[in-house]
Amino acid sequence: MSNTPAATPIVRVADVHKSFGSVEVLRGMSMTVNTGEAVCVIGPSGSGKSTLLRCINGLIPVDRGEVFVGAHAVHQLRTDQQMIALRKDVSIVFQQYNLFPHKTALQNIMMAPIQVLKQPKQEVEARARELLKKVRLDGKENSYPGELSGGQQQRVAIARALAMRPSVMLFDEVTAALDPETRKEVLVTIRQLVEEGMTSILVTHEMAFAREIAHQVYFTDQGVIVEHGAPEQVFGNPQKQRTRAFLEQIL
Amino acid sequence: MNEPRVRFDVLLPLRLGAAVPWTADRSSGASLFAARTGVVLLAVLVTSIALAQVQVRDTSAGVVELLLKWTPLLASGFLFNLLISAMAMVLGTAAGLLLGFARISLLAPVRGTSWVVVQFFRNAPWLVLLFFVMFLMPFELRVGGLTVPLPDWVKATFGLALPIMANFAEIVRGAVQSIPTAQWEAARSLAFSRRQTLWKIILPQCVKRMLPPWMNWYAILTMATTLASIVGVSEVMTITGRITAAEARTDLLVPIYSYVLLWFFIYCYPIALWTRRLESRYSER
Repeated sequence: MSNTPAATPIVRVADVHKSFGSVEVLRGMSMTVNTGEAVCVIGPSGSGKSTLLRCINGLIPVDRGEVFVGAHAVHQLRTDQQMIALRKDVSIVFQQYNLFPHKTALQNIMMAPIQVLKQPKQEVEARARELLKKVRLDGKENSYPGELSGGQQQRVAIARALAMRPSVMLFDEVTAALDPETRKEVLVTIRQLVEEGMTSILVTHEMAFAREIAHQVYFTDQGVIVEHGAPEQVFGNPQKQRTRAFLEQIL
Repeated sequence: MNEPRVRFDVLLPLRLGAAVPWTADRSSGASLFAARTGVVLLAVLVTSIALAQVQVRDTSAGVVELLLKWTPLLASGFLFNLLISAMAMVLGTAAGLLLGFARISLLAPVRGTSWVVVQFFRNAPWLVLLFFVMFLMPFELRVGGLTVPLPDWVKATFGLALPIMANFAEIVRGAVQSIPTAQWEAARSLAFSRRQTLWKIILPQCVKRMLPPWMNWYAILTMATTLASIVGVSEVMTITGRITAAEARTDLLVPIYSYVLLWFFIYCYPIALWTRRLESRYSER
């Protein structure tokens, strides 16, 4: 990427451990993300990528280690109020969209800003319509999720996440459940966000896309970060045998 | 005919409309058989009236005449049944909703206690519960300087609300747990609190799933209101008993009870039918 953002760290993950029962999913992961950067996390299934994302916005509490997002020390947050404050700053988009099926596209976007952030309805609605336009879904305001394609639902989910005006966006394999045709429209939307300077952490299997938009690429395997660096380096000249083996298998 | 298939949440002996074999062909088969139940009832009524009519001596009144004569009184008793059923349903639903929330509470003691309550009231015979409440509750309540009388029918309403409460709590718990956990996660990631998530996101999605079993329980409850006659409430069964005693006519017994039975069927059958329609409509989606 040509425009390297000024290096102000906004997300800092330090030696994070997490076990589910006897399975240790994260075995000491660390990463630093600067403001305006797009970071892609790649790696085989079950390597802990999605768990890492959920630790960053506090959906999963960490066992050991530190997670900082802006002013929030995520690993120390205890009260609901603190958690809510964190989630205003960090939004996540899921693989399965997880839209609220009983609400229209527009309502899905408006719900949290009105009911959680207590922002005025008119202002929120104007912003929601703008966001739908941004993800190229104007005209679908009153459609229910069941009436939309996977790609359209995923773009509504992105708009819903953006409506919180987060400073960091997390994308958890957002194209994994989509058809090849609809996948592209979602990737175009994400690329646009990254180009606008939205700090983004993407867990993805889209290697070409990662190579194209990422400022940094992290390769994870079995709960640890095997290697990280600029995309040209990780994809073009991987240093570790495991990275090489993974990329050979995939590309 | 196919093997009768009994659905889980149905109390067969009480549920007239659906107490018929549940065939594989739900749409036409089931409603046909249920409607046939109504026809059979009507036939019993007509036949019994005819038989009774034949035996009538010239001097005494005809059975039809007697039924018509007592219809207004029977109707007032029947309305009382409907009033009790509606009030017990409202009470039971409200309490059941809270109890259902307790069943999915994050606090283990709350979950445990509510489990015991639900199991107790779900698995106790309704009549026993009714007696229990009748003798446990005082005949009046003193709140401050105010004295609120508690007549028998109010106590009966409370008694009937208890099993509804417990069963509705299970409906609520089941419906809430049937919503994918991803919905909770999505709501959490958007900073909704647990309470907000439950009320604004989960419950609205549950209504569709809760409505058919809820209506099913209403039909069961309506039929069960006749139990109140045993504890002395002047509802339709009590009145029927008094009428037969007053008339002292054995030939009236079968016609008058079939007559009352038919009323319940006419009231409950549309509910059962509607429930089934909703069930099949929602299961298509």
